[in-house]
Amino acid sequence: MAGAALLGRLTWQPAEVADVVTETPRTKTLVFEVPGWPGHRAGQHVDVRLTAEDGYQAERSYSIASAPDGSRVELTVERLDDGEVSPYLTDELRPGDRIELRGPIGGYFVWELSVGGPVLLVAGGSGIVPLMAMIRTRVAAGSGTEMRLLFSSRSWDDVIYRDELERLAGDAGLVVTHTLTRSQPPGWTGYARRVDAEILREVGPRAGERPHVYVCGPTPFVEAVAEALVQLGHEPRMIKTERFGATGG
Amino acid sequence: MARESSFVSRGFHGRRRGEADPGRVPPGQYVTPDFPVLSAGPTPHRSLELWNLSIIGEVDETRGWTWEEFSALPTEEIPVDLHCVTKWSKLDTVWRGVSVDTLLDGIETAAEYVIQYADGGYTTNLPLEDVTGGKAWIVYEYDGEPLAPEHGGPARMLVPHLYFWKSAKWLRGLRLQSEDDPGFWEVNGYHNYGDPWQEQRYWGD
Repeated sequence: MAGAALLGRLTWQPAEVADVVTETPRTKTLVFEVPGWPGHRAGQHVDVRLTAEDGYQAERSYSIASAPDGSRVELTVERLDDGEVSPYLTDELRPGDRIELRGPIGGYFVWELSVGGPVLLVAGGSGIVPLMAMIRTRVAAGSGTEMRLLFSSRSWDDVIYRDELERLAGDAGLVVTHTLTRSQPPGWTGYARRVDAEILREVGPRAGERPHVYVCGPTPFVEAVAEALVQLGHEPRMIKTERFGATGG
Repeated sequence: MARESSFVSRGFHGRRRGEADPGRVPPGQYVTPDFPVLSAGPTPHRSLELWNLSIIGEVDETRGWTWEEFSALPTEEIPVDLHCVTKWSKLDTVWRGVSVDTLLDGIETAAEYVIQYADGGYTTNLPLEDVTGGKAWIVYEYDGEPLAPEHGGPARMLVPHLYFWKSAKWLRGLRLQSEDDPGFWEVNGYHNYGDPWQEQRYWGD
């Protein structure tokens, strides 16, 4: 089992910022070079540690956005206005800066090629991050696994990874569906409401196809989506969830 | 909390120090006023009529309580601080529930480990001595209200001296056994014991 390699302590490793990419007005992707990175699986996360000059430290956990790619690790961070760590990561960090990382962490909310399909990914806002790692893993492998993404954002400008998703949506077997819950661009013909059972039924796959389902987003979003999926007949054990509250980050 | 690292993050000052008693916040944790929810799957919704609680495994006799029986047991008010492995700590929470000592009273066992099992299939393992002697409760009220499903209602475990994943939501029973048996997160990269003051988050910590 892959986890056996992790039995040693996960040590803090220096990570140098190679690039900073603005995704939306509130989110940025930080591209790190982590010498000696042991690799990761899509869906896993890392702990981030910041240290002030007086020795004060703050730690947070962030999902990995990138598919496994040597020593390169990408995190996409949403700026929480009252946060302690996320405003530093999104506003202050620039190429050449270093922070410390520890990981990869987590062995349950994970998709890799051997898991197979069909796969249904349901994201709310920055909950897209670990699911994007799954999409990128599939694309990088040239896999034909059926994968559908249902992505709820507040507006078209808030859609994280929008251009990449538009590009990938032409890929055979990869279907991307958006819903925009607060405002929609002129001429929008897509969904314009919170994810509900009807949307989930239309997006599919049907429960009878026994898809592997991954749901990530704020707690009320995940609660509502998971409950609707169970109502549609999906087995609870096929539904993996990751929830976050907008707390402190 | 200052530590051994000589690493400095340029331009990072930190904002939250001094807001909470550092003696109550374990290393690597930050204090939140919120109550985040973390669960690996959908929230089970079990009606009280179909709920029961069991103590099984290596015991002289299996015990069980219906909701009516369980909720008639003597309760305690439990004021505790919570520490989640995902880094948040919540101070001064107040719960009401039944001490595990009350449930184990009169049970004869040579078991040294206890496995909490729950609706939804979640399990978590501990040495039995970590849930006896006034260290653990099965709680069904939070802040004076019935425990909400997303926080583990109808009833959940409360083992406040360990990271909060060691307190199973939607608890249905305790299995006592002589062998340890790592639970859901314990086989998925998380520490087998989970002492927040030792920062035992992951395998090898």
